[in-house]
This record gives sequence, structure tokens and C-alpha cells, in this order.
Amino acid sequence: MAWSYFSSPATFYRLARSLAPWFFALAALLAAAGLYTGFVVAPTDAQQGEVYRVIFIHVPAAWMSMFLYFVMACYAGMSLTFNTRLAAMMARAIAPTGAMFTFLALWTGAFWGRPTWGTYWAWDARMVSELVLLFLYIGFIALANAFEDSRRGDRAASLLALVGLVNLPIIYFSVQWWNTLHQGSSVKFTGSTMHVAMLQAMLLMTFACWMYAIGATLTRVRSVILERERRTRWVRAL
Amino acid sequence: MSGFAWAFARDLRLAWRHPGETLMVVAFFVLVASLFPLGVGAEPQLLRRIGSGVIWVCALLAAFLSLSSLFASDYLDGTLEQMVLSPRPMIGWTSGKIAAHWAATGLPLTLLSPLLALQYGLDADTVAILALGLALGTPLLSLLGAACSALTLGARGGGVLLALLALPLFVPVLIFGAGAAEAQASGLSAAPHLSLLGAGLIVGAMALPPAACAAIRIALD
Repeated sequence: MAWSYFSSPATFYRLARSLAPWFFALAALLAAAGLYTGFVVAPTDAQQGEVYRVIFIHVPAAWMSMFLYFVMACYAGMSLTFNTRLAAMMARAIAPTGAMFTFLALWTGAFWGRPTWGTYWAWDARMVSELVLLFLYIGFIALANAFEDSRRGDRAASLLALVGLVNLPIIYFSVQWWNTLHQGSSVKFTGSTMHVAMLQAMLLMTFACWMYAIGATLTRVRSVILERERRTRWVRAL
Repeated sequence: MSGFAWAFARDLRLAWRHPGETLMVVAFFVLVASLFPLGVGAEPQLLRRIGSGVIWVCALLAAFLSLSSLFASDYLDGTLEQMVLSPRPMIGWTSGKIAAHWAATGLPLTLLSPLLALQYGLDADTVAILALGLALGTPLLSLLGAACSALTLGARGGGVLLALLALPLFVPVLIFGAGAAEAQASGLSAAPHLSLLGAGLIVGAMALPPAACAAIRIALD
């Protein structure tokens, strides 16, 4: 079986149908474990008290918002270079989930910021660049749906996704480049300054969000495939 | 770059023959900048504080307003297609069109900005930095805007969609441009902001004309 076997929408439709429930189940299990660790096992923070527990959703959502944009841009690049239909459909399917996580990161950040910083919102480098990311997602979705010919929408939106890729390093390094309100990260590749249980809970929640994103994307790509291939024989046979 | 000079001269001649469009952009710039003192109150201290930021936002909106005419009219009457079919390399005339767009909008805005800065009571050094920042930033706005306006050719809801795509990408230019004037006004060095703007302009001049070309190809596919 060649690697390109699943690049046909018809075969991928069936693969997505059989895989999506597994990813959702995995997401539920990981989320249950992560929430238990986060709310029961992890100790209260010495400085912030209980409110720090927002990070168990805030940090995974923020990571996913950037990671999903990167994955979306990879699919966009694939759709432009190899001119494959499925890659463009995957990029379209990822965008709403990515926008949702971006919004979630901003929203939970505001709820964390109110008791901790004393403000819901500040014009800090990281927040502004994350807000720009949300607009990039919305722009991608709007541009992809702005054309009568959906293939044209695919290509135009793919190009936009690649141009917008510039924003990702800006978000990631914003806390180092500009010394504004948002604190630097406690978790680095070289080690972490957090309590072990906190770190475990955060990683579990990250994997839960990740699995949910895959499940949601696979489910959404199935409707995109059905919509786009509605005139083909295999869809009519369904 | 054989097509550069040709497209540059052609678009400038077109702008010259229809001066209304350019003048409207300039008038819009002055008008919006004059609205702020009426809205927020005309205390000299407040105006001096917000002046450079307001002028930057107005320049950004004015540059954005003129974007729709960059490729759209040539696209509608088929000229763009003929230009793509011509033997001249695409990157040349695309860059020429972008440069002409800047010369017809960004340059007048830059030249006019000291006048507006005087209305806001900025001091001479800040005015100079503001104009220098605009001189570096407005070409980058034209470059970013060109890629976005080429992407939205033939799209439904063109104007609003263009705003949704272009304005978020303008944000870094605004931050560093206004930051330079801000730093100068508060006694710090404007050099880091201007350097970043210059670096952005160089990267943009390298990467964005090819992106605009790719977008035009997609539009004419």
C-alpha cells in the first residue's frame, strides 16, 4: 500500500470515520486524568493560591493554538506544492479548532489575569500577537469561503496561512523579546521550575487537547469531504 | 527586473491622470487625523501624548483604503491577465506596481505627516523620527497590502475581507513605527524600532512580491 493511498478523499473518509472515536475516547481519558491531577493531586500555589489552576486549560490551549496553526500551514504548503485536494480540506478542517483554542487561551488568560494582575486585558506583546493569531485564523476561514470555486479558496487561503506563519515565532519569543506583563515560561526543554504534579497535570491536559483536536479535525474533515465530493459516485452510494 | 520601470511608470501615469484617487486618500488622512482632537479633547498635553500613534493609525487606514485599486481594476478589465501572459517576468512588474502604489499613497502621506504632527504639537525631533518611521513603514504597508489585495481578487465581500486579512498583518508595522516616535518623545533612542522597521522592510521586499505573484496566479487560474 503506497503512502498516497489515504490521500484520496474516498479512502480517507473511511479512515477518519474509524479513527475519530478513538481519539475522542483518548481525549476523554486524558482529560479525566489531567483534571483529577490538576484539581486533587496538585498542591495550591504558594503565591497565586487556587487561581493558578487556570493554567491547566490556559497553557494547553495556547500551545495548541500555535501548534495547530503550524500543522494547518504544513497542510496548506502541501496543498500548494502537490496540489492535493485532501491537504487543503485538512487545512480547512483544522482552522475552526485552532481558532477555538486561540479564543480559549485568550479567554482563560483574561480570567486568570483579573485576580492575579488586576486586569482582564493588557496590551502586552504576547496577548497582542495571540490576538493577531485569532484574526489570522478568522481571515483564513473567511478567505477560504469567499470564492465560488472552492479550489480557488483553498489555494488563496493556503497562501495566506503560509504568510501568517511569520507570527508564530513572534508569539513564542514575545516574552523574551519584550519584557512586558506576561511572564516567561516555566516549562522549557531543559527542565521545568514547576511542581511535578502541576507539570503532570498540564502535560495530561495538553495531550487531551491534542487528541481532541485530532478527533474534531477528523470529524470536520469528513463533512468537508462529503460537501466537496457530493457529486461523485461514491458519496451518492453512501 | 525589466518590467519594473515599465509598470512603475505606467501606474504612476495612471495615478497622475486620475489625481482624484490619490488626493482623496490624502484628504482622508488629514480628515481622520483632525477628528481625534475633536473627539478626545484638545488639551495640548494629551494631543502631544497621542499624536504620533494617531498619525500612524491614520496613515495605516489611508494606505489600506487605497489597496483595493492596486490590482482590482486591472483584474476586472483583463489587463492583469494580459500582463501575466506577456514575456516580461511577473516579479518585475508586480514590484513596479507595488512601488508605484507606494509613490502615489505612502510617499504623500509621509511628506504630509510633519504638518499633522505640528497640529498635535509634537516637537521637532519627534516629527523627524515620525516621518522617518513612516518613510520606512509605508513601503512595508504597500508590500503587505499588495499580497493581501492580490489574494482577495474576485472574492465575495472584497473590501471587508481585505480589511480582515491586511489589518492584522499591519500590526507589527504600527507597533514599531509608533514605538519609534514614542521612544523619541520620551527621551529614549528610536534606533532599535527604526532598525526593526528597516529589517522588516528588507524581508518584506524579498518575500512579499513573490507572494503577490503567487496570489495573482491563483486568481487568474
